[in-house]
Amino acid sequence: MDFIGQGFIKALQLLLSGDKEVYSIALLTIKVSGTATLISLILGVPMGLYFAVARFRGREFMVGAVNAGMGLPPTVVGLWVALFFWRRGPLGFLGLMYTPAAMVIAQTIIALPLVAGLTMSAVQQLSPKLRLQILALGASPLQFWWLILHEVRLGVLAAVMAGFGRVIAEVGASMAVGGNVRWYSRVLTTSIVLEVNKGNFSLALALSFILLFISYGVTYWLTVLQQRRRQV
Amino acid sequence: MTPLLAVKDIVVRRGRRFCLKIDEFCVRPQEVVALIGPNGAGKSTLLTTLACLTPPDSGTVFFGSEKVTKKNALTVRRKLAVVFQEPLLLDNTVLENTVLGLRLRGQKQGAEDKARIWLKRFGVDHLAGQNALTLSGGEAQRVSLARAFALEPKVLLLDEPFASIDVISRTALIDEFKSVLESTGTTAVLVTHDFYEVQALASRTVVLDQGTIQAEGTPAEIAVHKTWGGLSKGVSATTITNRVDGSRL
Repeated sequence: MDFIGQGFIKALQLLLSGDKEVYSIALLTIKVSGTATLISLILGVPMGLYFAVARFRGREFMVGAVNAGMGLPPTVVGLWVALFFWRRGPLGFLGLMYTPAAMVIAQTIIALPLVAGLTMSAVQQLSPKLRLQILALGASPLQFWWLILHEVRLGVLAAVMAGFGRVIAEVGASMAVGGNVRWYSRVLTTSIVLEVNKGNFSLALALSFILLFISYGVTYWLTVLQQRRRQV
Repeated sequence: MTPLLAVKDIVVRRGRRFCLKIDEFCVRPQEVVALIGPNGAGKSTLLTTLACLTPPDSGTVFFGSEKVTKKNALTVRRKLAVVFQEPLLLDNTVLENTVLGLRLRGQKQGAEDKARIWLKRFGVDHLAGQNALTLSGGEAQRVSLARAFALEPKVLLLDEPFASIDVISRTALIDEFKSVLESTGTTAVLVTHDFYEVQALASRTVVLDQGTIQAEGTPAEIAVHKTWGGLSKGVSATTITNRVDGSRL
């Protein structure tokens, strides 16, 4: 049990001493997962709004795919993204394999169904008559979507939290497409796996505490935002 | 006199079932039309069709002499207002809710003042800064009515607006609503199951059943008809095939 205390102290030491490698890893973790969450937000929210409200042929199939995608195993996503970006893969010419960009793509694929699915669910909880009421008030299509988004903003923030939480914690996809290259594509989760494999438990624990700080910090900030808006 | 709103040969289906099949129906200026009939008669469907919220499968809706199309439906909607059974207020302050329709219709100057006047008229101006989702059912429906009247609609469409309010508040609100309707000369269509509402508010009553118009007349004429009691209990009105004045529908 001493490991845990030591790990916590080491995490503080690493952060306070300004260890360049740890800061670089933490920063890349935030950049990759933050960018992936942002992209999934930009794509997933309109997708969720549309799937919740629109009626079109093949909607059930699309909604089923989104719901199934919420449980996509990161390792499987990593494998498929790697197959596409592999030198001889269909997108190999882009040269993205073992780069942070490939990690962003893989993490976006993981977060997107979660953001879209939870947004869709939040919209479907609104009374269908509310949509009619908004239209009856004279909303144009753009005003309609904006007002619906405003109504489900708490649900969307929850979707963002869930998406960010999932991608910052995943390791399989980042390992498969990022390659855990030191000073380049190494993020906190892949570093932890590496240190555990090396038997360096105290450093692994220290990194895990840093990961938890970041994860909790971002989620806390989003929660404050969510609860403040709740009180309007 | 040209009707403000009219439908001609409209058919609305839900799957294979007819929800609405009406040859002709119109709303003339300054009249208050009550739509009555058992559950599933097609009253709300007719109301949302008139409001240009759900296009019919076939047939035409007219606003004045203008045919409503997909292209001009928004412009027509912006001349109408709808109040549903639930207040359907948004997660914002009472004032923001009341002013919303005006803003959506591009009226920015004086919108807040207008909204406050209508909130005061319905006795809920003291709640202007409060979140609309924290209001009681009666208060929320007053805000919903103020929001609709603030829009100064050519036709006000109401779908059982007093049904979810307790009896005491309902009577008071109906009286206030009646006085506002009379003083503004607002044309309205009211879907209701309540005989008191029909008697208090309507100038014409239309009986619907199984998606078609079964009878129409003044509230008094419809009230004395023997099937009225059955209608209010949800019993089929198919026995009514004539106008109460004796002419065929």
